[in-house]
Amino acid sequence: MSKLAIKMTVNGTEIEAEAEPRMLLIHFLREDLNLTGPHIGCDTSHCGACTVDLNGKSVKSCTIFVGQADGADITTIEGMANADGSLHVLQDMFREHHGLQCGFCTPGMITRAHRLLQENPDPSDDEIRHGISGNLCRCTGYQNIVKAIRAAADQINAAKEAAE
Amino acid sequence: MSDTAPSVEERTAKLEGLGTSRKRVEDVRFTQGRGNYVDDIKLPGMLFGEFVRSPYAHARVKSIDTAAALALPGVKAVLTAADLKPLNLHWMPTLAGDVQAVLADEKVLFQGQEVAYVIAEDRYIASDAAQLVEVDYEELTVLVDPLKAMDEDAVVLREDIVDQEEVGGHGPRRHPNHVFTWEVGEKDDTAAAFNSADVSVKEFITYQRVHPCPLETCGCVASMDPIEGKLTVWGTFQAPHAVRTVASLISTIPEHKIRIISPDIGGGFGNKVGVYPGYICSIVGSIVLGVPVKWIESRMENLSATAFARDYHMTGELAATADGRITGLRCHVVANQGAFDACADPTQYPAGFFNIVTGSYDIPVAHLSVDGVYTNKAPGGVAYRCSFRVTEASYLIERMIDILARKLDMDPAEIRLKNFIKKEQFPYQSALGWEYDSGDYDTAMNKALTAVDYTALRAEQTANREAFAKGETRSLMGIGVAFFTEIVGAGPIKNCDILGLGMFDSCEIRIHPTGSAIARLGTISQGQGHATTFAQILATEIGLPASSITIEEGDTDTAPYGLGTYGSRSTPVAGAATAMAGRKIRAKAQMIAAYLLEVHDDDLEWDIDRFVVKGAPERSKTMAEIAFAAYNSVPPGMEPGLEAVSYYDPPNMTYPYGAYICIVDIDVDTGVTEVRRFYALDDCGTRINPMIIEGQVHGGLTEALGIALGQEIDYDEMGNIKGGSLLDYFLPTAVETPVWETDATEVPSPHHPIGAKGVGESPNVGGVSAISNAVHDAFAHAGLTHTQMPHDHWRVWKTAERLGLLS
Repeated sequence: MSKLAIKMTVNGTEIEAEAEPRMLLIHFLREDLNLTGPHIGCDTSHCGACTVDLNGKSVKSCTIFVGQADGADITTIEGMANADGSLHVLQDMFREHHGLQCGFCTPGMITRAHRLLQENPDPSDDEIRHGISGNLCRCTGYQNIVKAIRAAADQINAAKEAAE
Repeated sequence: MSDTAPSVEERTAKLEGLGTSRKRVEDVRFTQGRGNYVDDIKLPGMLFGEFVRSPYAHARVKSIDTAAALALPGVKAVLTAADLKPLNLHWMPTLAGDVQAVLADEKVLFQGQEVAYVIAEDRYIASDAAQLVEVDYEELTVLVDPLKAMDEDAVVLREDIVDQEEVGGHGPRRHPNHVFTWEVGEKDDTAAAFNSADVSVKEFITYQRVHPCPLETCGCVASMDPIEGKLTVWGTFQAPHAVRTVASLISTIPEHKIRIISPDIGGGFGNKVGVYPGYICSIVGSIVLGVPVKWIESRMENLSATAFARDYHMTGELAATADGRITGLRCHVVANQGAFDACADPTQYPAGFFNIVTGSYDIPVAHLSVDGVYTNKAPGGVAYRCSFRVTEASYLIERMIDILARKLDMDPAEIRLKNFIKKEQFPYQSALGWEYDSGDYDTAMNKALTAVDYTALRAEQTANREAFAKGETRSLMGIGVAFFTEIVGAGPIKNCDILGLGMFDSCEIRIHPTGSAIARLGTISQGQGHATTFAQILATEIGLPASSITIEEGDTDTAPYGLGTYGSRSTPVAGAATAMAGRKIRAKAQMIAAYLLEVHDDDLEWDIDRFVVKGAPERSKTMAEIAFAAYNSVPPGMEPGLEAVSYYDPPNMTYPYGAYICIVDIDVDTGVTEVRRFYALDDCGTRINPMIIEGQVHGGLTEALGIALGQEIDYDEMGNIKGGSLLDYFLPTAVETPVWETDATEVPSPHHPIGAKGVGESPNVGGVSAISNAVHDAFAHAGLTHTQMPHDHWRVWKTAERLGLLS
């Protein structure tokens, strides 16, 4: 099968590669770029384990072909840490509030939560629940995930206020 | 001790031992996407396997043409039963003593059955090639109803064992579709109890077929090293050592030439206990082709082919006095095993521990019989986040108690309190053969009733029903009360083995000279946080900080032999082994300390992290100091080093329990059921890490919510699976999931070294009953006795319609 030339920015690094046009973005990230943080949990775009940030939106990377992401700016869980190497506040809060167990949904969940807090910096618990309803977790019952996201929002907002 | 010496509190806090809500060490990698799950493994030259699966539930395989698939560039091999036959690998033993076709041998017995296995350079080519394999089928009559499986004119499913007298050593078969009959208890005495009863109730209760559906599906990477003759298999294995032994037995590769590795596992819930055709085909593929072969299930394959749970069709009967004292229980179950009996139950228990069906109640006499039957459905029969068949049993007794309460016009809480096994009766011998270790059910139940203000809730419900009758509301309130007793921690070798392997577990500890340690166990975490909690057990036992102790599991080349993680057995069995191995370390450390301090062993006492000379607290040796001394100044005649191993055969199971109360609001006109409040009190004995226990309860309750309100792997009459993807199979999202309220009492297990009982599965066991009882309670005043799960919107709406509640 002929291959497509692909250019994209992934976690701040410019990538040039070739891929089969029919290849799903998730497979390209995991197998060609060795970014195995995003996972595959279903065949039907329900579970959200493959969620990445694509041009400022949460995207389930199993729903699009790699060609559709040509030119895109993509952030995966591997790109979530701060520039100085310290963990993102969401990563810290998920640990602090026991927002994960088996860890399989976690990369997608944190990536989604990160975008949710850009869309709505001060969400209610109910808004958080709706905001992550595209991401399934089989272990935690979501309660501590909601708590972790809420705690992260508080920290981010407090830091913003302090800076102003 | 000098003034600057750390205080007792400081030293205790530094250990992060038992009872501490220690943050999880696993999370550091998981939150950064640095977990290492099986699909993350990439080896040089690795190929990908993909199954060709049967579209029919029952058909003869007339021919398989692999030519077109083999001609596709990138395809390396296509395996069929004919290829596996010379190796005697076309069938494999199941955990239940039956056999299962690895690749369909002459006929297929369920939709989605493995027919051929394509191996190709990448997963896209493998998938393309699977489409090109042409299989010619001749359709046969399909049997999906387990209640008709033993009809005289029922079609014969298992032609391969039609002349076999018994399956798995469970007694004579009465019909070609009969697997086993299992009887426990006193039949005649039970009949007598019913004959003399003031009142009795009888109900047919189905626990629908569901699937554990962990977020990560099953998979493996098999890699045969042709030079060393050594096979390494990475996979989603809940019991890696058992997989190694089974792999050796069926492949004839010597066991020391097989290495099984369970890397990070993305949830198991019972799904990853069994041995599946994908593992065998990948191993064969790697041996034949000399390169690694990876197999990863899709979600649809996962839901339709590997390890269903439940599918129990139960008739329950209770006999009682007029004032509500239960005098007898009788129960008959038709267990739908699917096409092959691949249940993951200890050998002596073909229906698992279903004989825990007397529940939390002092029932003087009982009789249970279970008939296992074959149908054209997927094989399995795993314990979906419960000990073996305990959820089914608990659901039956908890529904029956409610039904009896209705008949006697008693309150569901009151009838439970009346019939509980009392605190002073422990250890308690149940009518169906178990010895319950410890409990205080009355205290737990009363604490729960007080916490939710049960009386006020019933008053609110009365007002709600009056308002409904007047047409002021279209919503009905239901209050579900459930009390469960689990039986976990299999188990004593005397009555628990799988394929002849006694169900002990193990821990091996090595203390390093500078006062840190590594401990390896025979279990494997799938999200439970073993690396965190087992270090806590050890920290308290040996006085080294949990942060200085590495916990390693899942590599059969390094871990001591164990039976793995399922049935809430890690803490009861491997946790006990950890404590016992820790005590061996401490015993040797005491001798070394005595030698260093020039006193007798008996002159020392243990003080958190050190041995202290009795009456002279300024003279002490910390465990870290002793660790170094173990490598250079041990007493004459003592071997140097500080290591220990323990293989723990538990004297009994453990019996965690809990009181759950659920409040639902049902919109009668849409059938939408909302869990308004859920209170869960769990008693799991000694609590190792309260944060993790709470997380386990949240997760188990959410799975219970899914089962009670929507999950079902249903089939049509042609054997077509109707719930085979996440389009149809209900997994609760954050929106449907309520906020869970957790609480606890703490009655330790008297026989476990640290008193812990296990908790991961309790919420699933108790949660389903509590939610289902709440739905039934909402309609009780309108005359509802029982309706089958799942209580999805449509079924609940139909119930309302049947009861004449629609306007």
